[in-house]
Amino acid sequence: MSSDAITIDVNGKEPSYLEYKGKGRGLKSWIFSTDHKRIGILYLVSLIFFYAFGVLFGFLMRLELIAPGRTIMDPQTYNQIFTLHGVIMIFLFVIPGIPAVFGNFFLPILIGAKDVAFPRINLLSWWLFAVGGVLAILSILLPGGSADTGWTFYVPYSVRTGTNVIFTLMAAFILGFSSILTGLNFITTVHRLRAPGMSWFKMPLSIWSLYATGWVQVLATPIIGITLLLVAIERWFGVGLFDPALGGDPVLFQHLFWIYSHPAVYIMILPAMGVISEVIPVFARRTIFGYKFIAFSSIGIALFGSLVWAHHMFTAGMSDTGQFVFSILTFLVAIPSAIKVFNWTATLYKGSIELGPPLYYALGFIFLFSIGGLTGLFQGTLAINIQVHDTSFIVAHFHYVMFGGTGFGIFTAMHYWFPKMFGRMYNHKVAKIAFWFLFIGFNLLYFPMFIMGWLGMPRRYYDYLPEYHIYHLISTIGSWVLITGLIIMFTNLIRSIKKGKEVKEMNVWGGETLEWHIPTPPPLENFEHIPTITEGPYEYKENEEPQLEEKH
Amino acid sequence: MYKDETHQHMHGYGIYILVWLGLLILTGTTVAVAGIDFGALTIATALLIAAVKSYLVLTIFMHLRIEQKVFRIFLVVAIFFFVISIVLLFADYSFLTNL
Amino acid sequence: MTTEQHTIGHVHRDDIGSRMGMWLFLFTELLLFGGMFFLYSVYRFMNVEAFHVAAKELNTLIGCFNTAILLTSSLTMALSITARQKDNKNLSIFFQVVTIVLALGFMVNKYFEWTAKIDHGLFPGSETMLGLEQGEILFFGLYYVMTGLHGLHVIIGAVLIGVMTRLTIKGVINKDSFVKLESAGLYWHLVDIIWIFLFPLFYLIT
Repeated sequence: MSSDAITIDVNGKEPSYLEYKGKGRGLKSWIFSTDHKRIGILYLVSLIFFYAFGVLFGFLMRLELIAPGRTIMDPQTYNQIFTLHGVIMIFLFVIPGIPAVFGNFFLPILIGAKDVAFPRINLLSWWLFAVGGVLAILSILLPGGSADTGWTFYVPYSVRTGTNVIFTLMAAFILGFSSILTGLNFITTVHRLRAPGMSWFKMPLSIWSLYATGWVQVLATPIIGITLLLVAIERWFGVGLFDPALGGDPVLFQHLFWIYSHPAVYIMILPAMGVISEVIPVFARRTIFGYKFIAFSSIGIALFGSLVWAHHMFTAGMSDTGQFVFSILTFLVAIPSAIKVFNWTATLYKGSIELGPPLYYALGFIFLFSIGGLTGLFQGTLAINIQVHDTSFIVAHFHYVMFGGTGFGIFTAMHYWFPKMFGRMYNHKVAKIAFWFLFIGFNLLYFPMFIMGWLGMPRRYYDYLPEYHIYHLISTIGSWVLITGLIIMFTNLIRSIKKGKEVKEMNVWGGETLEWHIPTPPPLENFEHIPTITEGPYEYKENEEPQLEEKH
Repeated sequence: MYKDETHQHMHGYGIYILVWLGLLILTGTTVAVAGIDFGALTIATALLIAAVKSYLVLTIFMHLRIEQKVFRIFLVVAIFFFVISIVLLFADYSFLTNL
Repeated sequence: MTTEQHTIGHVHRDDIGSRMGMWLFLFTELLLFGGMFFLYSVYRFMNVEAFHVAAKELNTLIGCFNTAILLTSSLTMALSITARQKDNKNLSIFFQVVTIVLALGFMVNKYFEWTAKIDHGLFPGSETMLGLEQGEILFFGLYYVMTGLHGLHVIIGAVLIGVMTRLTIKGVINKDSFVKLESAGLYWHLVDIIWIFLFPLFYLIT
C-alpha cells in the first residue's frame, strides 16, 4: 500500500482536495503541493495579500491628493508610493489574477482533465510569484527606498535615480517568468489534455480566453524581460544602449517597454472576459449568443492587441507615419472587444434572468469596461491624445478597464466559484451591498479624473492648482466608499470559508460546464472517470437536467 | 508500451551528417559573400543564408519535419509576432525626419 | 469498514506534450534575444557606416571557427539522440560529452575574444570606448550584451546536457524513454540558431 493511496471511506466518498492529507502535513502539504486546485488557492491567498498592499498605497495616494500642497507625505515618498502601487497592482494582482487563481483551479476541470500538463512547473510558477512579490515589498525597507520611477521605469531617470530600481526590476523579471510558465502550461494543457469529444468548439469560452492569454504571456513577456535587464545592465555596467550621449535612443526603450506592456493589458482583460462569458449564460439561463464570434474575438484581441503598443507614445517623438499606423490599429482592436459586449448583452436580452451576486458583478464589469473601452478610443485618436496624454484622463481610463474590468471580473469569479471551491456559501445580501459600495465608490473615485484630466490635471503629480481641488476631493471620498466596499466584500467571503452555510450539492447555480458536475469541493483528481463530451458547454434545455455522458 | 508516432520516423545518422556538411558549406558561402560589397544586398544575403541554415536546423535537427503539424503552426505564430513587431517598429523609425 | 485504494499522482506520460512545453519555452528565448535584435536593427538602420567601421575590430576567423564549433555540437547532439534510440548507450553518452566539450571550446574562444578587446581598452565605459563615434559605441554595447547573453545560454545548455548525460548513464534516459534528451537537444539547437544569426550581424558586416 503506497503512501500516495487515497482511502475511500465507507460512504464511498473520496476526500476533497481541501481534506486530502498528501505528503507532509499542514502548511507543507500546501506549499509543496502539485495539485492545481491547491496551487490556485495558494495564489488566491498571496494575491489578496499583495492586493491589500496595493490598495493601501492607493488609499495613501488619494489621501495625499485630497487637497493641494502637502497632506501626509513629501514628494519623493509620493513618487515611491505610486510606483509601488503600480508595480504591485499590475505585476502582483491584475496580470496573474484570473489565470493564476481561477485558471489554475478550473481550467483542467473545465476541459475534463485531472491536472495541468506540467504540475511541478505549476508549483514553480507560484514559488516564483511569491519570491517576486516579497522582493517588491522588500525594496521599501532597503536603504534608498523603493523605486520612484513609476512602474514604467522610463530611461533616463530609471538609470540615474538612486533608489532601489534593480531590486524592483529583479522582482518584475521573476514575476514575468512566473507568468510565462503559467501561459506555457495552459497552452500545452489545452492542446493535450482535453477530454474525449471536447473539440475546440465545445470548450467553454473561458478556456478560449485563457488559451489566447497564454500565447500573449509566452510571446510578449520575454520582451519586458530583456528590456528590464537592459536597464539593470545600464545601471551596473554603463553600457548605455538607451543613453543619447552614447548614441542611444530613450524612445526605443519606450517602444520595447510597451511591446510587452500593451499586450500585458490583454493578459489582464481576456481572462476576465472569459469569466463573464461563463457567468452570463448561467444567470440568463440561455446559451451564449454567438459562441464562435466570442471564441474568435479572444484570438483577435490577442493578435491585434500585440500590434498597438505605440499608442502609449504618440507624444514621445514618433514619426507621423508611425502615429498614424498605430492609431488605426488601435481602433481595430476595439472591434473584437465590442463584439463580446454585444454578445453578452444579446444573451441577456429575453433571457430568464437570475439576479445572483455573480451577475451583479458581471453587469458591473460590462458597464465599467464599456466606459473604459470607449475612452480608449478617444485616446487612440491622435488629436485628442495630445490633449489627454499624461493627464488623469489616462489614469481614469486604465482604472476603468483594469479595475472596473479585470478587478470586477475577479470579484465575479470569486462570487461564482466560491461555493465550488470551498463547499460553503457566502451571504448573498451582504455581497450585493458590497457591490453597491464598490460600484458607487468606483465611479466617484475615477469619473472625476476624466473631467479634470481633460481640463489639464497632469498624472503622477504630487501637487496641483486650486481649480482641480473639487475633483480630487470627490475622488478621495470615492476611494473611502470603494475601500468600504472592499472590506465588506472580503469580510463576507473570507468569513464564509469557515462559517458560511455548507454546500454539498454539485450545482448551486445550474451551470452546464464540467465543474458543476463533480463533487463540491472537488476531490483530488477531479473526475472519477474522464467524461466523454457530446455537447457544447451552454446547452440549456427547458426543464431538463444538465447532460453529461459518463465513460465507464 | 508507450508509443510516440514521431519516433517511428526518426532520422538515422546519415542525414544528420549530410545536413551538417550543408551547414558548413553555407557558412563558408556566407563568409565569402560578405567580402563582396552589394550594398544593402550583402546584409540581406547574409540573413537569407542564415535563414536557410536555421531552416535546416529546425526541420532536421529539431525534428520539425516529422513532428505533428501543430508544432510548425506554433513556430509560424512565434516568428510572425517577431516579424510584425520589427515591421511596426520601423513604421516609426523609417519615417523619422529628425535623425 | 471497506476501503478502496487508488494510486494517485501516477505520472501521466505525454512525450509530445513534453516537447510542446519545451518548444513554447524556446519561443520565450527567441523573443528574449528578439528584443535585442529589435535594438540591433534600429541602431544599425540609424548608424550604418559606424557599424561597418566597428565591425572591423572583430576577428572574423574566430567567429567563423566558433560557428563551425556550434554547428558541429548540434550534429553531435542530434546523433546522441539517434544513438540512444538505437539502444547504443555508450555512443549516446560519447556524443553528449563531445557536445559539452565543443560548448566549452566555444566559451574558451569567447573568453579570448573578450579579453583581447578589454586589453585594448574596448569595453563599456572605458576611455577608448567613449572616444569613439556614437554608432560604434552602440555596436560594441550590442556586441557585449548579445554575445554575453548568448554565452550565458551556452553555459546553461552545457549544464543541461551534463544533467542528461548523467541520466543516460543511470538509465533514466533509455531506448524507450528519451524525451528529456530530445528536449535538451531542442534547447541546444536554439542556442545554435541564435548564433547563426549573431555571426553575420556582428562579424560579416565589414
